[in-house]
Amino acid sequence: MGRRVLITGLGTFWGGRMAQALEQDPDVEMIVGLDTVTPSVELERTEYVRADQSYSILSRIVRAAQVDTIVHTFLVVDSTRMSGRALHETNVIGTMNLLAAASTAGAPVRQIVVKSSSLVYGSSFQDPVWFREETPRTGPPRTRIESSLLEAEGYLRDFAEDNPHVVVTLLRFANVLGTEIVTATSQALERQTAPYVFGFDPLIQFVEEGDVVRCLEFVTRHGVAGIFNVAGDGRLPWSEVASICGVRLLPLPFVLTNVAAAPLRQLGLLDLPSELLTLLRFGRGIDNRRLKDAGFTYRYTSAGAVENFARARRLRRTVGATPPEYTYERDVEAFFRHSPAVVRNPEA
Amino acid sequence: MAAGDRFVEATRPAALVPLRPRDAETEAPLHDPRLSDVDEWGRSEHMRAVARQIYGPLYRQWFRVEWQGLEKVPTSGGALLVANHAAAIPSDAPVIMHGIEEELGRPVYGLADHIFKTFPVVGTLWARLGGVAAHPENAFRLLREQRQLVLVFPEGTKGPGKLYQDRYRLRRFGRGGFVEMAMRAGVPIVPIAVVGAEESMPTLAKVPALARALGVPYVPITANHLVFGPVVGTLAYFPSKFKLRVLDPVTFQVPPEQERYSKSRVMDEAESIRVKLQDNLYDMLRDRRSVWFG
Repeated sequence: MGRRVLITGLGTFWGGRMAQALEQDPDVEMIVGLDTVTPSVELERTEYVRADQSYSILSRIVRAAQVDTIVHTFLVVDSTRMSGRALHETNVIGTMNLLAAASTAGAPVRQIVVKSSSLVYGSSFQDPVWFREETPRTGPPRTRIESSLLEAEGYLRDFAEDNPHVVVTLLRFANVLGTEIVTATSQALERQTAPYVFGFDPLIQFVEEGDVVRCLEFVTRHGVAGIFNVAGDGRLPWSEVASICGVRLLPLPFVLTNVAAAPLRQLGLLDLPSELLTLLRFGRGIDNRRLKDAGFTYRYTSAGAVENFARARRLRRTVGATPPEYTYERDVEAFFRHSPAVVRNPEA
Repeated sequence: MAAGDRFVEATRPAALVPLRPRDAETEAPLHDPRLSDVDEWGRSEHMRAVARQIYGPLYRQWFRVEWQGLEKVPTSGGALLVANHAAAIPSDAPVIMHGIEEELGRPVYGLADHIFKTFPVVGTLWARLGGVAAHPENAFRLLREQRQLVLVFPEGTKGPGKLYQDRYRLRRFGRGGFVEMAMRAGVPIVPIAVVGAEESMPTLAKVPALARALGVPYVPITANHLVFGPVVGTLAYFPSKFKLRVLDPVTFQVPPEQERYSKSRVMDEAESIRVKLQDNLYDMLRDRRSVWFG
């Protein structure tokens, strides 16, 4: 029997692409995707369920669909996406419900993959150059997004201890850049000028969006357990990131940076959340060797990811943003998946 | 806590890892479109070359640095260099780093207090020129994995933060962290006694209230301020004669890469190195006829 996968956050960039990747895998028998928004990419056989991450719905889905693998891509790692309150609901309560649903008596779940972020390490002047997976962060979390991710990871840690029969994979991704994904960092680099904190030129690490999807697929397919940092090789100064992208840098004052940033945010000239402003001061590096030792190969280095983004950016600046080619239509999707009129195996 | 060890153990990463043979195609190095030469430690060889050009005359003609026992510094493999620390803005770190880099042709990574990273411009420059934050993870990687020379001042900011009247009296050697660093990395400690730094920028008084307000370890008023004025005096050193003596390397017969080492053993070793350094400093001072001419 093939694998039966539940993807949370199907409407997110990662959920959609992960579902596309798994659809290509003949070993995957069934894919259910959960989200409150419709999928943004075209899917062939994934079943979309419009639902939030409440415990009762999740546990019913897990049992009814006999889910053996959960891919949790719904953790929000970009605090510009939602308010602090909603962030807490999604990251902390959502994860708690999901793990509770996966650990009910007789639940068929055998693997859980969680997509977290290197934000859990923070960014501080006391940091080492490279964080290994075991290295503790050097100070308490200062932002809501960091504490919510830490709390979610805490629930996962408890789950792993209580359920030794489940393969638990926790992936911590560095800042993502790529051809399509929109993050606070990519938006900052999309304009002609990007901010920097005067007197600081931190070393920053990136991971390319394609490598992220390939990594999620890799650990899911091979059942790789443990905590893994996911990031391209090397770190590069923010000034170099800007020159690769062809962006000019404008200084923010090094004292009261957040105070100075507030009016700029109001004017819409700056959308960097405070965790990114800290990153622009001290940077962050995560050691990616454990995942490589597990057999994963990256296609891009940190600088390669930036260059990839820069090429896509130049295209966008020339021809404009391409409109989405796909919009989810409930009836159309239902027709192709379930109508007796559709011939599903033409060769047979 | 970001990650508990128990979680790592509970999920046994190695147990389920598929052993995939890596194909030759992916072994080729990835395309890495870097524009600058800033490495993972934040150093830039280009900027370091420029700095060496500027610093060379200061090293040769101003401080007239003299080394004893330089051959005791290993020419290959990792080693932890340990020295006494002095002068309001420490002049000993660049002297040791420049000296060994010029004489032995080996780079030296200077570990400094994290607080450095919070200073705009200065912190960035320090990193580009070869300074690294004194985090045990950084030291381990440099010493054990990259087999480099690492320089550390066990007194920390207490060394340069002391008054001129306490010159050449070693402060407490922290909590012996430097000994643990060397033990974990399996490298020898090479102590270096430095004479001359104390007189290059003597601290006459300190302004604790200002230090607290600025969030820095100390704010000194130096003799240089009185002689050269408040601006130039902050940067200009007196031309004291520098003499450095490299002591015999200390090795530890303990297995490397341990999580912890016996605290008493660590403190004993730290204290014995401190005593050796102190004795050698006194010995060098007995022979010194002049602060300016050695």
